[in-house]
Amino acid sequence: MTVLASGDERSVVHGDCIEKRYGRKRVLRGVSFAVPRGGFLVVTGSNGAGKTTLLRLVAGLAAPTRGVLEVNGERGDLGFLGHEPLVYRELTALENLELFGRLYRVADRRERSGMLLERFGLWDARSDRVSTYSRGMVQRLALCRALLHEPALLVLDEPFTALDDDGAGILDTELAALAGDRTVMLSTHDPARVEALATDRLVLT
Amino acid sequence: MSSRNNLPLLAFATAALLGIAVALALLVAPEDVDQGVSQRIFYFHVPIALTAYLCFGLGAWKALRLLWVGGERRDLESYTWIHQGTIFGALTLITGSIWAKASWGVWWSWGSNQLVLFLVLFLFYCAYFMLRFSVDEGARRERICAVYALFGVALIPVSFFAIRLASDFIHPTVFTREGPQMTGTMFGTFLVCWAAITLLAYVMYRIELVGKRTDANLRELREALS
Amino acid sequence: MSSLTLYASDVVALARKDLRLELRARDTLPAMLLFVLSTLVVFHFALPTGTSADAAYGLLWIAIVFTALLGLARAWAPEREGGALDGLVLAPCDRSAIWLGKTLAVLVFLTAAELVALPAFALFFAPVDLVAVAGVVLASVGICTVGSLLAAMAAASRGREVILPLLFLPLAIPLIVGGVGAGISPQGASYLSFLALYDLVFAILAWATFEYVITE
Repeated sequence: MTVLASGDERSVVHGDCIEKRYGRKRVLRGVSFAVPRGGFLVVTGSNGAGKTTLLRLVAGLAAPTRGVLEVNGERGDLGFLGHEPLVYRELTALENLELFGRLYRVADRRERSGMLLERFGLWDARSDRVSTYSRGMVQRLALCRALLHEPALLVLDEPFTALDDDGAGILDTELAALAGDRTVMLSTHDPARVEALATDRLVLT
Repeated sequence: MSSRNNLPLLAFATAALLGIAVALALLVAPEDVDQGVSQRIFYFHVPIALTAYLCFGLGAWKALRLLWVGGERRDLESYTWIHQGTIFGALTLITGSIWAKASWGVWWSWGSNQLVLFLVLFLFYCAYFMLRFSVDEGARRERICAVYALFGVALIPVSFFAIRLASDFIHPTVFTREGPQMTGTMFGTFLVCWAAITLLAYVMYRIELVGKRTDANLRELREALS
Repeated sequence: MSSLTLYASDVVALARKDLRLELRARDTLPAMLLFVLSTLVVFHFALPTGTSADAAYGLLWIAIVFTALLGLARAWAPEREGGALDGLVLAPCDRSAIWLGKTLAVLVFLTAAELVALPAFALFFAPVDLVAVAGVVLASVGICTVGSLLAAMAAASRGREVILPLLFLPLAIPLIVGGVGAGISPQGASYLSFLALYDLVFAILAWATFEYVITE
């Protein structure tokens, strides 16, 4: 059962013996972990180990079949980056950020969007539809959307996917700036890249 | 669970009560003056219809509880009640059709509001099963099915109303089932039949539930062993 | 901003997004318009000469319901494509606003189709009076209210194109009764109040349960 409650407890995310099945297929089995406030948890594991599923559970997009999962914070405190970009393909980058900024209650969404698009190198493409973007550009926009409302808890599923060296560099800088201040949960198949930032590690088998 | 042990006993009692109900309906209850022997199907048709409503209602109640407090066992319970409801709904259509043939000479009459309502409900709950089998098993399916089951109980009174309204312009009601007042024996027979069929639905529900749970437990055991 | 105006602005923003997408891609509304016109022409050939206007009126309702289904089948396609629905689910807004926004957008499309269908029907078959138009309006609200929720259910299933009509038609029967009754019965008002009752009951139900359809 996912418990969403505000309150200053030691760990922001706490999972105990989490199990998740999709139909007859068991994806996660007995996963326990905790992320302290300001912690940086790196989730690794081979393909199909359930990294994506675990992060979707933490984000509240799916519910565990068994076990306890507590996420301390309100719904809008969470920034999620998934396999899919979670944006509208036929809207432009600016229109997407305007819409999501409104729904995520970002007061200064125009300035925030502009700043993020600038930082992720999408400013020149801001008025193009997302469907015309390359995969790397879509991933950059997805990162902008996840960071738009300055979430206290960031849940990032393979954030380096499809990014070129330039984009990965921007993300490195961004993560370094956020680490310590925000709580981060990140899955990757290249843990060396975020080794310096990691405070906790979880290996799924 | 101790309640599982009384199931054979309950099933036996239901069979006995059903036997009594059949005997009462066929042999003891007085013959209807207007409709003759065919009227006796009334003792089964109406209780079966009422039981179907009850099953749909209980299915929706379990669905509401599922949404309210959660618990995957409620999904199975809701599904099983609706399954029973659909079986009794189909029986309502069959017995109603037989009655229509016996008393009006046609197998189907749009003039019978109850039959039309059951046809609509039958279609609705068939769609429920289609929905259930085309969504992957899991929490999402439990919730979607529960919401659809809730729409079902809202549809029952709304359709009832609609069919009453429609009969004004589609087919003026010529036939009526309201014969002379039921005598005491008739009413008593009706009550016994009603009790027997309600009990039958409950026993069938319990049996199906036990079967489904055994299935699930076996599957889990097999997985744990592999 | 009070919570009600905030809710309303969410709904408007979501509905406007759907209209903007439609203006850009034009993949639903033109199809609905053409479909409703084609259906009316088909009906002319399907109805034997000398059939009463009442029969034609019944067919108008079949045209409306199936045109609505055409639009509803694509209603959640933009949300499905980029996983945008997850983005909406995670937002701290009230989830029923997502349903209401979609309902309004679909209602705009359906109204546009009816603005073509009703004059065409009056031209080809039989005159349409004010009570009949009121019936169309009320029934359309019901169609979109229920339809947008069922379309979200169907979108979560494997056979989404096939399953939506199966889910929708049993629930549409009362609307057809009300709509046809308002058009041909002398007691049109009672059918209109029945339609209003349907809208109210199912709007409350859909508003309260939509959250469960899109979350776990």
